[in-house]
Amino acid sequence: MKKLKLVMIGNGMAGVRTLEELLKLTNELYDITVFGAEPHPNYNRILLSPVLAGEQQFEEIVLNDLNWYAENDIHLKLNRKVVKIDRARRRVIADDGSEAEYDRLLIATGSNPFILPIPGKDLQGVIGYRDIADTQVMMETAKTHKHAVVIGGGLLGLEAANGLKLRGMDVTVVHIGDWLMERQLDKTAGTLLQSALESRGLKFLLPKHTAELLDNGEGRVCAVKFKDGEVIPADLVVMAAGIRPNSELAEQAGIPCNRGILVNDTLQTYDPRIYAVGECANHRGTAYGLVAPLFEQAKVCANHLAMLGFSRYLGSVTSTKLKVTGIDLFSAGDFIGGDGTETITLSDPIGGVYKKLVIKDDVLVGACLYGDTADGGWYFRQVREGQNVGQIRDHLMFGEGAIGDAGHQGQSKAMSMPDDMEVCGCNGVCKGTIVKAIQEHGLFSVDEVKKHTKAASSCGSCAGLVEQILINTVGGAADVKPKSEKAICGCSDLNHGQVRKAIREHHLTSIPAAMAFMEWRTPNGCATCRPALNYYLISTWPGEAKDDPQSRFINERAHANIQKDGTYSVIPRMWGGVTNAAELRRIADVADKYQVPMVKVTGGQRIDLLGIRKEDLPGVWKDLDMPSGHAYGKSIRTVKTCVGSEFCRFGTQNSTQMGIDLEHALFNMWSPHKVKLAVSGCPRNCAESGIKDVGIIGVDSGWELYIGGNGGIKTEAGEFFVKVKSAEEVMEYSLAFLQLYREEAFYLERTVHYMQRVGMDHIKKAVLDDAERRKALHQRLLFSLSFEQDPWQEQLSKPQLKKEFDRIAVKQLENA
Amino acid sequence: MNWLDICALDEINPLGSRIIAGPKGDIAIFRTSDDQVFALDDRCPHKGGPLSQGIVYGKQVACPLHNWQIDLQSGEALAPDVGCAHRHEARVENGRVQLSLNQRKECAA
Repeated sequence: MKKLKLVMIGNGMAGVRTLEELLKLTNELYDITVFGAEPHPNYNRILLSPVLAGEQQFEEIVLNDLNWYAENDIHLKLNRKVVKIDRARRRVIADDGSEAEYDRLLIATGSNPFILPIPGKDLQGVIGYRDIADTQVMMETAKTHKHAVVIGGGLLGLEAANGLKLRGMDVTVVHIGDWLMERQLDKTAGTLLQSALESRGLKFLLPKHTAELLDNGEGRVCAVKFKDGEVIPADLVVMAAGIRPNSELAEQAGIPCNRGILVNDTLQTYDPRIYAVGECANHRGTAYGLVAPLFEQAKVCANHLAMLGFSRYLGSVTSTKLKVTGIDLFSAGDFIGGDGTETITLSDPIGGVYKKLVIKDDVLVGACLYGDTADGGWYFRQVREGQNVGQIRDHLMFGEGAIGDAGHQGQSKAMSMPDDMEVCGCNGVCKGTIVKAIQEHGLFSVDEVKKHTKAASSCGSCAGLVEQILINTVGGAADVKPKSEKAICGCSDLNHGQVRKAIREHHLTSIPAAMAFMEWRTPNGCATCRPALNYYLISTWPGEAKDDPQSRFINERAHANIQKDGTYSVIPRMWGGVTNAAELRRIADVADKYQVPMVKVTGGQRIDLLGIRKEDLPGVWKDLDMPSGHAYGKSIRTVKTCVGSEFCRFGTQNSTQMGIDLEHALFNMWSPHKVKLAVSGCPRNCAESGIKDVGIIGVDSGWELYIGGNGGIKTEAGEFFVKVKSAEEVMEYSLAFLQLYREEAFYLERTVHYMQRVGMDHIKKAVLDDAERRKALHQRLLFSLSFEQDPWQEQLSKPQLKKEFDRIAVKQLENA
Repeated sequence: MNWLDICALDEINPLGSRIIAGPKGDIAIFRTSDDQVFALDDRCPHKGGPLSQGIVYGKQVACPLHNWQIDLQSGEALAPDVGCAHRHEARVENGRVQLSLNQRKECAA
């Protein structure tokens, strides 16, 4: 097939990210040409300020070097500014007369600094602050001249002023507003910021209107004159009074523009062959000037350029972080507030801390933090996910650490952590290593950090902390998304919810069929998506979808837990934690016969035989003659029980029998993640029902059910769900909830996280309020389980499954 | 090259693997979805995990211990991980899997 021609105008972050996303989807479709007006390959424009401040070198902020363009067969035309789009002939013309034809055109021309229309604006020494060239002019001027005036007290202006001050200039910031950064901060925070910067030697004039720039007689600026008549000396004037979308080319070509090139939710302009992304585009009335939304646009635009056609851009919530070393400032969402909003503030002007949270209808809609921004990332996540914060409102102001976080994530002080402090306890990764990787490799997402540093790639408990470090390092550019919006893996752009929906609605019953229907990019997926797909298929279509052992993690294929030396551990099931002399004798015999190195009592009230060789597993199962304990699976694990009313003098209910019955009912249940239950016979709760996926506590008048508890990585107390009278009801309600979880949760999502995502109200509505639905859920789980059998027995009874465990003997090698 | 007869192709599941005892430890033989076979020493360059127990996809295997991704053709770990599992030659002839031991040291250190 002859390739289509894709031409991109502009070689900045949004455009090149679009190409990267496109190349991930296809490198067959397009012959790509890029025109860049600057002489540089794509660099990280956000990091111009650290370059100006002398904290980083230009080479360090290059995102795509020239090799990248060459490796991807992209024709890169640097130093060439496109001067015309000829839509009739589908070609663009550059200032050197060169032309390029296109089938698809991508405009990513970014923005221009807004230059005040005042006398003297064209004098030498008057510049904007947008690119490397501007940065270099500032650095050179600082060597030879004294007085700098920055017009504009926004993010960019303050970063420029700070950098110039560090380079030794005498800097005055002139601002038209009543306080600094009025688009990102409220007045209190703006005033705090001003005094902090003043103590570093910056001068401020505000509110102040610039009238004219004065000539030194040689065509260079020498002073700034204001409307009130005041004049101050100025050898360098930096205009940082905002940016304007650079839509000139599009306008000349007759493409509708209005403060940016108008685009729809697919980033397409009114000319269907022409797309626009980044600061030059106006989507639903907004032209974004921060990088995170641009990356989201890039992804959607690439999806449509690749002719997949299903992705939509719906706008972004943005956050801001000022990159002035030593000043902590963070804002996100609607932090000013207004009708229908409520505000919580914490103000300590002497201590230099100010926090403001804006809440609307029990949802956090904005946050503005000054002085202590450790929880910025967490608030930003709350704003983006739009979760109900009614329940945690009392503690909201005190951050993530205050809401009962006993685990690793409770250590939410990413900012104040020293570089050598360990972040990832699994892989031994320190904060400094993560920050360095983010800066050196230009990383923007937690997934990228995981790949490069291994942090958060094992148990994942430090993912929140890594996310904070990311946000603190790259600010608003951080690409942070909840799992519900993230693609399942690199093999597809669909998220877990979309995959589940497609499997259900299109009756997909095998992995190859699902991958073909959803246009998977890889021939047979990867180790991340295949186990998820396998679970979604067998849980959605029980009896129809065939389980694929090759798509299961080894533990679920070998029905035992792999250990660090490649041996396995075997845990037979002991219903409700109850055993007897005959079972114990068999366990002891197995331990002798197979020379089991360790026999250990587990936390789930059973016995673990550790260090078994894989080829011995079938023999061990046969000799044990007990059912599989599923201690290795994303499945029902155990039902822990206390002694209960049969023996205990305090017991009010027969918790042991309830546990045994539940464990029998749930035997062989596969689930999105592991599922643990407990039944206690009285409120003393000796079985620890408060930290189980389903925890049951017997009381004199019946049973209380708690759901969503978790005793692992992050301790979570279960939430009270319902109180019922009979053991039959315990069974029906517990199974109905677990079936709802099985049908709706994402793979590897524990009940607690599922609950946080969908909300307790949703679960109550489905299981408690609607008896019909509850019974239907209960029945569906029983139907699903009717196809399952004890995996150990199954392995022993089917000789064709034996090859999983047998080694192949090769005669010639044995003799060698 | 000295080819050893190992087993029928059907003895290895598609996207699966089998283990044989080699002169210097276990060797894993993998089968891809398009019926190609590859052989690597059954030790992940990271912490010695048994690669034979990993999930096979494309021409790669994910180590079951810490999810390193190993290329089946070269034995090299995929970036950003660095390391290499010793590889052997493997092929399918008339429905039989054959192996030729590779004595050369190809992996650095």
